[in-house]
Amino acid sequence: MKGTILTIAEHRQNSLREVTFELLALAHELGKAQGLESVCLLLEGEEQSLEGELKGWCERVLVLKAKGLEVFNQEIWQAVILKVMGDRRPFMVLFSHTPWGMDLAPSLSVSSGYPLATDCVSVVIRDGTPLATRQIYGGKLFAEVSLRPSGTYLISLRPGSMRVENPFGLVTQIESLMGIEIPQKTKKVFKEFVDTGAGEIDISQAPFLISIGRGIGEREKLEEIKELAERMGALISCSRPIVDKNWLPKYHQVGTSGKTVKPKVYMALGISGAFQHVAGIKGSPTVIAVNKDKKAPIFRVAQYGVVEDLFKIVGALKETLGG
Amino acid sequence: MDVVVCLRRVPFTQEVDLEIDKGQRQILAENLAFVLNDWDNYALEEAISLKERTKGTVTAITVGTEEDEEVLRRALAMGADTAIRIDSEGLTLDPRNIARLLARVIRGLRFHLILTGAQSDDLNEGCVGAMLAEELGLPHASVVNKIELGEDVLEIKVELEGGIEEISTIKLPCLLTIQTGINEPRYVSVMGIRKAAKKELKVVTIEELSLDKEALVPDVYVERLFYPPETGGAEILEGDPHIVAEKILRILRERGVIS
Ligand SMILES: Cc1cc2nc3c(=O)[nH]c(=O)nc-3n(C[C@H](O)[C@H](O)[C@H](O)COP(=O)(O)OP(=O)(O)OC[C@H]3O[C@@H](n4cnc5c(N)ncnc54)[C@H](O)[C@@H]3O)c2cc1C
Ligand SMILES: Nc1ncnc2c1ncn2[C@@H]1O[C@H](COP(=O)(O)O)[C@@H](O)[C@H]1O
Repeated sequence: MKGTILTIAEHRQNSLREVTFELLALAHELGKAQGLESVCLLLEGEEQSLEGELKGWCERVLVLKAKGLEVFNQEIWQAVILKVMGDRRPFMVLFSHTPWGMDLAPSLSVSSGYPLATDCVSVVIRDGTPLATRQIYGGKLFAEVSLRPSGTYLISLRPGSMRVENPFGLVTQIESLMGIEIPQKTKKVFKEFVDTGAGEIDISQAPFLISIGRGIGEREKLEEIKELAERMGALISCSRPIVDKNWLPKYHQVGTSGKTVKPKVYMALGISGAFQHVAGIKGSPTVIAVNKDKKAPIFRVAQYGVVEDLFKIVGALKETLGG
Repeated sequence: MDVVVCLRRVPFTQEVDLEIDKGQRQILAENLAFVLNDWDNYALEEAISLKERTKGTVTAITVGTEEDEEVLRRALAMGADTAIRIDSEGLTLDPRNIARLLARVIRGLRFHLILTGAQSDDLNEGCVGAMLAEELGLPHASVVNKIELGEDVLEIKVELEGGIEEISTIKLPCLLTIQTGINEPRYVSVMGIRKAAKKELKVVTIEELSLDKEALVPDVYVERLFYPPETGGAEILEGDPHIVAEKILRILRERGVIS
């Protein structure tokens, strides 16, 4: 039998998450090179039919439809995937490194005994085993890792690592999974989703954002930046630590757990450029980064960089404007 | 409520040029400063404040070297009752083996709740928590940013992407991985840490856990470290701050965001 790469589809509020297609892009790339079949596992509620969206993206979709599968639950997902892995013995299983993927993949690795590399940005197969690349120390170094020899390898992929454009034009077979028991009682029980994103201002529509990070150092310094933003007609956005410290409300936050923005210019002051942050600024054509650390990863996504104390630049901008 | 909190000491790598050592599998750590992993600081604060609200206990635990005891002293200064270090004995441990060692010790403790950070700031693996939960057969939730106490259950908020959060209940005992911003970690003074140096800190060896060092085969093995490729880096604006300011203003005008 042909070996397979099994991708775990992630969906929320009745739509597939973008990262699912990234996983399928990786599965397709590896599958083509190695002669492996790309198979997507979709667990969905009785009323759902997300499998249509997967047509052309993989060679086979395994669909399990049942009550209780509308919303991700690690205990249920884990039980089902263990069963499917046992039956089909895939060469590799791909997960997303999202809050749900972080909940699922590691415990599945322990319960199945298959090795897992998390938060990978690329994967190749060499001599029949996977080699994955991970970014460490906030993106300052890359690490190439291998996995303990195993029949099945588990990989979780960092969202934003693969480009996704159009389906690959594959002929997709839809196969319904039968006879899989779904745990009825779980220790964790979902209640509801809440949206905490809205607020007084909407940074996602702003043409010009001045964005601050932990590098501003103290809360008091915020005033200096606010003054500058006001004079330039920019809105203020920020990275997560600023919200964590309650220096600005949540609706200012840019990134995976904040807002996605697409200003004409994004000026990042004292932001290191963690992937969860830069995922939110992919749509901005011009990023200007000011950071004291010339090795800060933000300089890899910015068009313009300034290696300097941000307050010197803020001061000089004000003086020049006041000029 | 009795809470166990897992702590990791991580190098502080901003504004330093990281150097890869000759073997290519590690960084040269001699000249680096070390701190408590940011996520763990929030987990620790959460543990202490739960203890204060419920009159319970907090046990802080780390797998590491004698130097890593620094984070345990900090925990003791913050209000932890007990501190345990599992001696890593010079081994490079992957998440699976860290989880294995933690599970061995925690199994013998009295607890209702285990807290870890959502991820560590150095290697970003984001998996020790959920692995540990599975080792112990506990339910778990990852990236939690709110905990409310109920009768033998907790109501929790899990942070998802795009400002969406998931509210769930979870039965005790359980393990939660904590997201930053869940609370405001209290300040610990150097004096406080110094005083805590007198508190007892237990050290456990791998042998005492009846584990064979040889059996700690890593699931994930670092083949090599390398510097990021220098692709498409930013155009660096040089000059003194006023010259740079002029250049920035020119770009802003060109892009039509200021007049
Ligand atoms: C599940 C999850 C979701 C997340 N979601 C988000 C998100 O939505 N948005 C987000 O931003 N983060 C998010 N994060 C956190 C992310 O991983 C980083 O921790 C965070 O982005 C770091 O913020 P920062 O760049 O401001 O701080 P740091 O990484 O601490 O960087 C500060 C920078 O400032 C520089 N600096 C210091 N002083 C000065 C000075 N005087 N002048 C100039 N530069 C200076 C330093 O060199 C450094 O590069 C998330 C993490 C997780 C686990
Ligand atoms: N050596 C360690 N000792 C104790 N706890 C750890 C250790 N390494 C990781 N952890 C815990 O696991 C969490 C996630 O780490 P990681 O999976 O490495 O990203 C951390 O925030 C800690 O709470």
